[in-house]
Amino acid sequence: MPIVVVLVLIVLGSVLFHFLSPWWWTPIASNWDYIDNTIIITFWITGVVFAAVVLFMAYCVFRFRHREGSRAAYEPENRRLEWWLTIVTGVGVTAMLVPGLFVWSRFVNVPSDATVVEVVGQQWQWSFRLPGKDGKLGTSDTRDVTAENPLGVIAKDPNGQDDVVVEAADLHLPVGKPVKMLLRSIDVLHDFYVPEFRAKMDMIPGSVTYFWFTPTKTGTFQVLCAELCGQGHPMMHGIVMVDTQEDYVAWLDQQQTFAQLSAPQQTGSAEQAPGNATVSALKVAAKLETVGSR
Amino acid sequence: MSVILVFLLVIAGFAGWWLSHQRLMTKPWLEQGAAGDFVPFDRSGLPTAKIGLGVFLAVVGCLFALFTSAYFMRMALSDWQPLPMPRLLWLNTGMLVLSSVALQCASVAARKRQMDTVRLGLAAAGLTAIAFLVGQLMAWRDLTADGYFLASNPANSFFYLITGMHGLHIVGGLVGLGRTTAGAWNGARPERLRLSVELCAMYWHFLLFVWLAIFALLAGWAATFIDICRQLLT
Amino acid sequence: MVDVTPADAVPPAEVAEMELYHPHSWWTKYVFSQDAKVIAIQYSGTATAIGLVALVLSWLMRLQLGFPGTFDFITPEAYYQFITMHGMIMVIYLLTALFLGGFGNYLIPLMVGARDMVFPYVNMLSYWIYLLAVLVLVSSFFAPGGPTGAGWTLYPPQAIMTGTPGGQEWGIILMLVSLILFIIGFTMGGLNYVVTVLQARTRGMTMMRLPLTVWGIFTATVMALLAFPALFVACVMMLLDRALGTSFFMPAVVEMGEQLQHNGGSPILFQHLFWFFGHPEVYIVALPAFGIVSDLISTHARKNIFGYRMMVWAIVGIGALSFVVWAHHMYVSGMHPYFGFFFATTTLIIAIPTAIKVYNWVLTLWRGDIHLTIPMLFAMAFIVTFVNGGLTGLFLGNVVVDVPLSDTMFVVAHFHMVMGVAPILVIFGAIYHWYPKVTGRMLNETLGRFHFWVTFLGAYLIFFPMHYIGLMGVPRRYAEMTDVTVMTESAHHLNSFISIMAFIVGFAQIVFLFNLIWSIRHGREAGGNPWRATTLEWQTPQTPPAHGNFGKELPIVYRWAYDYSVPGAKEDFIPQNMPGTFGPSREPA
Repeated sequence: MPIVVVLVLIVLGSVLFHFLSPWWWTPIASNWDYIDNTIIITFWITGVVFAAVVLFMAYCVFRFRHREGSRAAYEPENRRLEWWLTIVTGVGVTAMLVPGLFVWSRFVNVPSDATVVEVVGQQWQWSFRLPGKDGKLGTSDTRDVTAENPLGVIAKDPNGQDDVVVEAADLHLPVGKPVKMLLRSIDVLHDFYVPEFRAKMDMIPGSVTYFWFTPTKTGTFQVLCAELCGQGHPMMHGIVMVDTQEDYVAWLDQQQTFAQLSAPQQTGSAEQAPGNATVSALKVAAKLETVGSR
Repeated sequence: MSVILVFLLVIAGFAGWWLSHQRLMTKPWLEQGAAGDFVPFDRSGLPTAKIGLGVFLAVVGCLFALFTSAYFMRMALSDWQPLPMPRLLWLNTGMLVLSSVALQCASVAARKRQMDTVRLGLAAAGLTAIAFLVGQLMAWRDLTADGYFLASNPANSFFYLITGMHGLHIVGGLVGLGRTTAGAWNGARPERLRLSVELCAMYWHFLLFVWLAIFALLAGWAATFIDICRQLLT
Repeated sequence: MVDVTPADAVPPAEVAEMELYHPHSWWTKYVFSQDAKVIAIQYSGTATAIGLVALVLSWLMRLQLGFPGTFDFITPEAYYQFITMHGMIMVIYLLTALFLGGFGNYLIPLMVGARDMVFPYVNMLSYWIYLLAVLVLVSSFFAPGGPTGAGWTLYPPQAIMTGTPGGQEWGIILMLVSLILFIIGFTMGGLNYVVTVLQARTRGMTMMRLPLTVWGIFTATVMALLAFPALFVACVMMLLDRALGTSFFMPAVVEMGEQLQHNGGSPILFQHLFWFFGHPEVYIVALPAFGIVSDLISTHARKNIFGYRMMVWAIVGIGALSFVVWAHHMYVSGMHPYFGFFFATTTLIIAIPTAIKVYNWVLTLWRGDIHLTIPMLFAMAFIVTFVNGGLTGLFLGNVVVDVPLSDTMFVVAHFHMVMGVAPILVIFGAIYHWYPKVTGRMLNETLGRFHFWVTFLGAYLIFFPMHYIGLMGVPRRYAEMTDVTVMTESAHHLNSFISIMAFIVGFAQIVFLFNLIWSIRHGREAGGNPWRATTLEWQTPQTPPAHGNFGKELPIVYRWAYDYSVPGAKEDFIPQNMPGTFGPSREPA
């Protein structure tokens, strides 16, 4: 009999926890409230099913638990009941899937007026690149990454010269304008994730991935890495600041372009000493220390 | 991943055919009291060992189908440079065909209980299979000598990986063939020997088939063939 | 109504008494044994031992998460090694090995009425290779640099780079070698389980008379045989990338400011191969649990399993469908976004047969005669946790909902609930159910009930609130959540609470182990069929069953596995090998 009470308590407790506990998603700061709505629909459908199944089970135990001389009914199957349950389940699943797919098609089709921002992940920091006056990002290649050219922008590409490079610093975005985030990595998998924006996508070395969103609130938001990227993974934070248009322009004016950054160092040598395992391990430790101190 | 999905579809076909003979629509609770009349004894008439080998070959087929899938996916990337097929591979293919034929003869002879032919077939199969392996190693050596190293291009990597994996399966088969051959010389029971020989032959034919498929794949004909199919479809 | 056909019309049993392998020494009887029952116990013992290691690792992880900064020896490096080994051990070396190697070996021959597996020697090899795989895995704890910390998914490039523990040392190599060995060993065992069900069923045991346990293990094994090669391929290729410098998965990368030699490879290719194995793997663990729990519920509710045919079709359907849903683990991996439409649809479709199974379990309870034995309690606890975990799967399977939730603690909570807690509750229920058959004695009831309540309630309290930490946006695989701004102060307290629960639940497992050992000598005598069950393993002449299982003659099966409370029969169960007709059997012949 305790099991009956416990089953009922589990349902009640879970529902109360859901509605009363202080742990819930952070307030949204992007256009993806569609996603939140889909989650709410899913919560309602699944919550009802969970409560129904567990309460039904509790009732069965209460009503049909073993008593002296009792005997179970004999009922191998009930086609009609099974078909009905299948159909009802199918309807419930469709009710979750269809809105989900609609929102997904919105998610993968970027509006044509979205501006482009490139995010480059590396162990364990975020860098950004914005197209300059020409509105075009220059091409890039991991092979061109050196200490002086940390994002691997191809120096010969004229489109890249006026690109704004923000290395290991905060990104600013104007509020209310759709942005397409182009995601790139120069070492391992990372994932650019701002919980308030709801959207995220892995970044893969060797290819460019993307997602888009429209920031709807000004403020400072923390960037988290959401794909395991080695020891420094939990420390790989960044900052995105969503500004008003004027603040954004003011910030943008202070940034340096690729041409400005690389001009004085054209003669510098990018020679790298071949390292062995211990040297690499020391580098990892040093890297972690710098990341940790930020 | 389309190759492995097609492969699994074939497996699913077999599974579906088998399931369709298991009377999945019956109501088992109504069929009580009978062992043999309307509940027929439905095991396969084939020897259990053959069924076992068949299941194992499905697993091996799955393995090579997955390698093929990975091959096509990796091939689509930009740094792929096909490597020339050593001419020696044709000779090796011939050896493997001979090996299969020899085992088929041994298998037919075992059914007729012609022990001498069985022994001859087994020995010939073993020797040609070893010749195939030596030939494969020489092909590897030639390629390396010409500068096609394992790590220098993904096409090379796949060549060594897939041929190596196939070679390992032949080596495994040679262990079984060795035991069968020893049995043939030491007077194993005829039914038992016949089963062993048939199992060897089954395994050999399958590995020959796999070899032909991966030869076509590595030489680039498979890709051409798929391209033609795709064009026909669109 | 029905005449039993004379025995000579039926082909003789496949393995006669004479042909059976007989051990001649203590070594061949108990160590290098070819008896499936001994192999089953070896598999279970090894899996439990390595599972205990994984349990301790989970404690260490929870120490760090619940009380960050308190335990200096748990560095991020160590933390990642703990999560990787915990995950890999639990999924592969414990759950897969225990369900298929342990329960499969013990139950398949007994339940189908065979004397042993069809290839006993290969079956023995299977165990020894599995043991070798476990030893190689354990050895990585003692290798320079320690075990790999790449996460159980082993995603390249990080799995084989310096920033990851064990990436450029021995850890990852030993892990890959161990997995390759495991797959080879498993394939040997798997062939046995499949072919035994195909070929060694006793007379009258049609597929539709099989207990659902056998259906579950059989289908899971078929799936495992076809899915593990994908992991094998991925492991071999990654091993070559790591050891010989090929570029299957490795693109051009910069490692700590240094250009590596690799070029052009595709990390996504690895993910496709991994999840082509990884998703069926979920069902490889779940289907045996589905099967076993059906039998537990039916036996202890004294009622036939409701909708047996639908249950069989659902098992087969889930098994087939699970091969076309793998990329739902990769919605935010950067693969082509249009795949999302296809995989979200297939994933949500698979929910339908799964839901049918749940309905049929609870409908079996309806108008039953429910005995609240420990196996029954565990079966009901399974339904609660499985339904909970399965429903959160509908969040993650729906592609756009997965975008905010993927790689957060929500995922961790989901998969622990659905493929950690739920199957393990079935394992416990199954152990309480079959222990009397294996040892001849019952497990201690008081300790058992204590174990049940602590495990069930504790596990629910661990994983249910964890979903909400994920919903807040806290990513998984964070050795420290202290810097995450969305993680509120109260959520840190919740984390500490979860850690304390984890210790309590872990402690209950020690009690369970004590019970297992203590009851071998001191448990109550069970007799041959303590649960009054119908299936063949309870009808053996000796308990525990002797070598060869069924004495001189193999049983003949006259009915399906679920003749409980048949109207007209005196007892409320009719063993499968009892002739005669009872109740409403009116099939026109």
